[in-house]
Amino acid sequence: MAKRYSNEHEWVILDGEVASIGLSAYAVEQLGDITFVELPEIGAEADKDDSIAFIESVKAASDIYTPLGGEVVEANEELEDKPELLNEAAENTWIFKLKVIDVAEFETLMDEAAYKAYIATL
Amino acid sequence: MSSTIFEKSHVGRKGINIPKPSVDDAPKLDASLLRETKANLPEVSEFDVVRHFTRLSNKNFSIDANFYPLGSCTMKYNPKIQERVGGLAGLANLHPHHITNNQTHLVQGALSSLKTLENNLCEITGMDAFTLTPQAGAHGEMLGIMMIGAYHKKKGNHKRYVIVPDSSHGTNPATAAMVDYDVITVKSGANGDMDLDAFKEAMSDEVAAVMMTVPNTLGLFNPKIKEICDIAHAHDALMYYDGANMNAILGVLRPGDIGFDVVHLNLHKTFATPHGGGGPGAGPVGVGKTLKEFLPDLQIGFDKNKGYFFDTPHDSSIGKISPFFGNYLVLVKALVYMQTLGKEGMINTSKKAVLNANYILAKLKGHLKAPFADTLCMHECVFSAEDLTKEHGVRAMDIAKYLLDFGLHAPTVYFPLIVKESIMIEPTETENIDTIDYFCKKMIDAVELAKSNPEAFKEFPKTLPISRPDETKAARSLNIRWQD
Amino acid sequence: MPYTPHTAQDVRKMLDVIGIKEESNLFDAIPNELRAKSFDLEDGLSEFEVFDNFAALASQNNTSKISFLGGGYYDHIIPTAVDSLSTRSEFYTAYTPYQAEASQGTLQALYEYQSMICELTGMEATNASMYDGGTALAEAALMAIRIGRKRKKIIIDSGVNPIYIKIVKTYLAYHDLEVIVLHVKSDGSDKERLLEMIDDSIAGYIFQNPNFFGSIEDYSDVIKALHDVKALAIMSSYPIALGMLKSAKDVDADIYCGDGQSLGNYLGFGGPSFGILACKEKYIRNLPGRIVGITNDAKQRRSYVLTLQAREQHIRRDKATSNICSNQNLMALRATIFMALLGKEGFVKLSKQNYNNASYLKNELSKLDGVSIYNQNPTFNEFVIELPMSSSDFINKMESKNFFAGLKLDALYENFENKVLVSTTEKRTKAQMDEFVACVKEIV
Repeated sequence: MAKRYSNEHEWVILDGEVASIGLSAYAVEQLGDITFVELPEIGAEADKDDSIAFIESVKAASDIYTPLGGEVVEANEELEDKPELLNEAAENTWIFKLKVIDVAEFETLMDEAAYKAYIATL
Repeated sequence: MSSTIFEKSHVGRKGINIPKPSVDDAPKLDASLLRETKANLPEVSEFDVVRHFTRLSNKNFSIDANFYPLGSCTMKYNPKIQERVGGLAGLANLHPHHITNNQTHLVQGALSSLKTLENNLCEITGMDAFTLTPQAGAHGEMLGIMMIGAYHKKKGNHKRYVIVPDSSHGTNPATAAMVDYDVITVKSGANGDMDLDAFKEAMSDEVAAVMMTVPNTLGLFNPKIKEICDIAHAHDALMYYDGANMNAILGVLRPGDIGFDVVHLNLHKTFATPHGGGGPGAGPVGVGKTLKEFLPDLQIGFDKNKGYFFDTPHDSSIGKISPFFGNYLVLVKALVYMQTLGKEGMINTSKKAVLNANYILAKLKGHLKAPFADTLCMHECVFSAEDLTKEHGVRAMDIAKYLLDFGLHAPTVYFPLIVKESIMIEPTETENIDTIDYFCKKMIDAVELAKSNPEAFKEFPKTLPISRPDETKAARSLNIRWQD
Repeated sequence: MPYTPHTAQDVRKMLDVIGIKEESNLFDAIPNELRAKSFDLEDGLSEFEVFDNFAALASQNNTSKISFLGGGYYDHIIPTAVDSLSTRSEFYTAYTPYQAEASQGTLQALYEYQSMICELTGMEATNASMYDGGTALAEAALMAIRIGRKRKKIIIDSGVNPIYIKIVKTYLAYHDLEVIVLHVKSDGSDKERLLEMIDDSIAGYIFQNPNFFGSIEDYSDVIKALHDVKALAIMSSYPIALGMLKSAKDVDADIYCGDGQSLGNYLGFGGPSFGILACKEKYIRNLPGRIVGITNDAKQRRSYVLTLQAREQHIRRDKATSNICSNQNLMALRATIFMALLGKEGFVKLSKQNYNNASYLKNELSKLDGVSIYNQNPTFNEFVIELPMSSSDFINKMESKNFFAGLKLDALYENFENKVLVSTTEKRTKAQMDEFVACVKEIV
């Protein structure tokens, strides 16, 4: 399935109207050892670019912005006890899933090549 | 061994005796009011406690035993006389509710000392009035921005932003957020000063305040500071002076003279009150005429006949940020320091603080990248270990840890944020040339070692109770209290 | 010059290395027009002269009378070992423990402090101390607002120290929030009114037990009602009372605050003391201030470190939980030593002795014609007397009989002209209390 990226370094995989959202390997590397993930509440509704979750490492802390608007349908509770999963496999570890309002928004995000070019400029 | 006092506890072992009960037990309270289990405090003897904490103290660096060149922290010698005065029974045992009771006749000495301190601080900073209630620098910052908020509210100004330079202390933006302002961060130019064009662009009628540290956290004096004040004032934005670096300009420059509207000083820095391992500090705040009416409760008045009295706060007062006069015994110690130094001593303080810092800059700039060494520095100097990191994998923190093995506390590393691998050194005026030479030699040794044997740094420090604790583990599997 | 060790030769040598002629050249970057317009201060003095000055000032304060003055600040015992250990300069001239290897003493002491505070309050998490009880309470209110997300109301009981209420209001005034004061009655908190007010717009309810008049109550029921609408319960208390009375955990409070003066710190005209702020573990990321944790180093040695620093201002800047940087470390250290010296049994004994002394005094005073006890609830270490005269008159007359008789409540509450808060501690003897009662009898 296609994977897209946001400017804030979230990745999205869209399956029908459900989007799985995680953090890019680049972002996780910048943060260092992840020590804590605060997950969004199931049922919470968020607009595109709202701060919806929170991630903490030893030396930094960062909000996670949802790259698409929608309703939270699932949160990866395994991360509450094992935040290190993000360090081990960021690109394969989703953080939360959204029932997306406007599927078309997905197409406005960067594809992998565009994202690679984007992080090269940072 | 780093056993906690809880591990030294034995059921039935007793500490100190308390005074004997002199009345019979009162009727028992209803069980619904009483706690269910006793707090599991340790059961140890007085001698156990004394030995335990004496041994703990031996695991600390302290200014009395170690050179502490922590940039931005002003770790200078704390004269012993401060403790003797602070222990005077007439000060230490004075009850603060004599203030509430308005029994001014019981506290004339205390009020006199506070008023003298206020007057001294006004003269030192060029401000019109001072409040001594803030208990730390960040507390003073918060009060200052609150008063600015009250000023704009009273004038009907619609303000949303506080401007800080990107070299500022973290407390500046955090303070602005506590008073519900959004923060605009203005970048620094190549010379380390706030970029004037970027500042002008950020400036608007929606800016409530500009928070500046002078000299800035790179140890540099910005000659355009007056211009910055004027630009801000043209938009009715007030100028906040963060006094963290006052030690550099004591007796040379007064923030009030150049247009700052509000000032906080860190008495635990400039005026040598002991840091206590992280506090108590004191962060008195001075204001010019624009903000005087917003000062918090309590203020002291003086009348020839009545003596010192508590002045009724102005209707515009922002309220209360401390129960009474903040950390009174810390304020006393700062006043003791001022009286021992006097005018000439204070002027000499900034001279020698700046002399020591420039001496270090001159001695080390040939060895370590010094991004701002084209000019003299003020009371602190900033280096970068960037080249060592790139070429040899040795980071600023590695050099910091190396120094610890020689009884030298590390400089401030990774602050200010705008210098990569920054190493920020503030020697203060109380260190002699021998100590500084020794420190410089060890810094140069570290640089040489980084080039010849970078692997060696992995092991530093070798001589202390622990080395490079696992901070990731500390945060992932939290253990923040003892549980049997 | 005191405290600057430079000889003329040192200065010359240093200037040569720097490459400038005179010391005054060090300040060349500062234009003349920006130089200080005035710097008119006294000349310096020797430490001996300074000491004499302050000894004279101290003698103009009065600390000599037998004190029944409390109201959150008490004349408790301070064991000698607290002074001798906390004044070791390895503790008091150390900086904030940012370099863990060079600060294991301070860090371990703080870990032990946190452990003891958690034991005392029953809470699962606490920080390394706040400025004082009032600012701790203001930070607790801000915590409740952060946790409550869209909730904008805080209810504060007027049984909370009125000075603290002023601080809470000042801290919260800059936010789009509503602070509602719930008026306390002579029989305690107005729980009926509170239950009417509680709904899902409330972020938290702040109460004090014993309250400012010394009255004790059980808050378990109202806390249940608060939790039903997901509002937080914030409990403030005087820590010595926790030796006997329900802890924050016993009533299921979410956040606990208190002032640490009574735990081995001097009155000091109000400071330095320290603030206690503790909470349930699930709220730890909203807790401001430094926190110490245990970990290990590569050689598996137990190590104490500052942890969860990403919440703090030096990392998160404008997104931090608070701007707090300094704590009241030395005072928290004194409290740790104090609690260790008293120990599990001693702390309970101390608490009971405060209760017993106050109960005795209250009973004796209640027997006097013209004196009545305001509190309708049980009380702990203090209580309110109602007098047939103004409180000022009473305080002044008792002062002439060698007593600080208590706190005038009319300075803090409306319609309290003839009411005085009287406090005892373990230091007051039966003889002192009997003499106090005899003098009150003469006056009223």
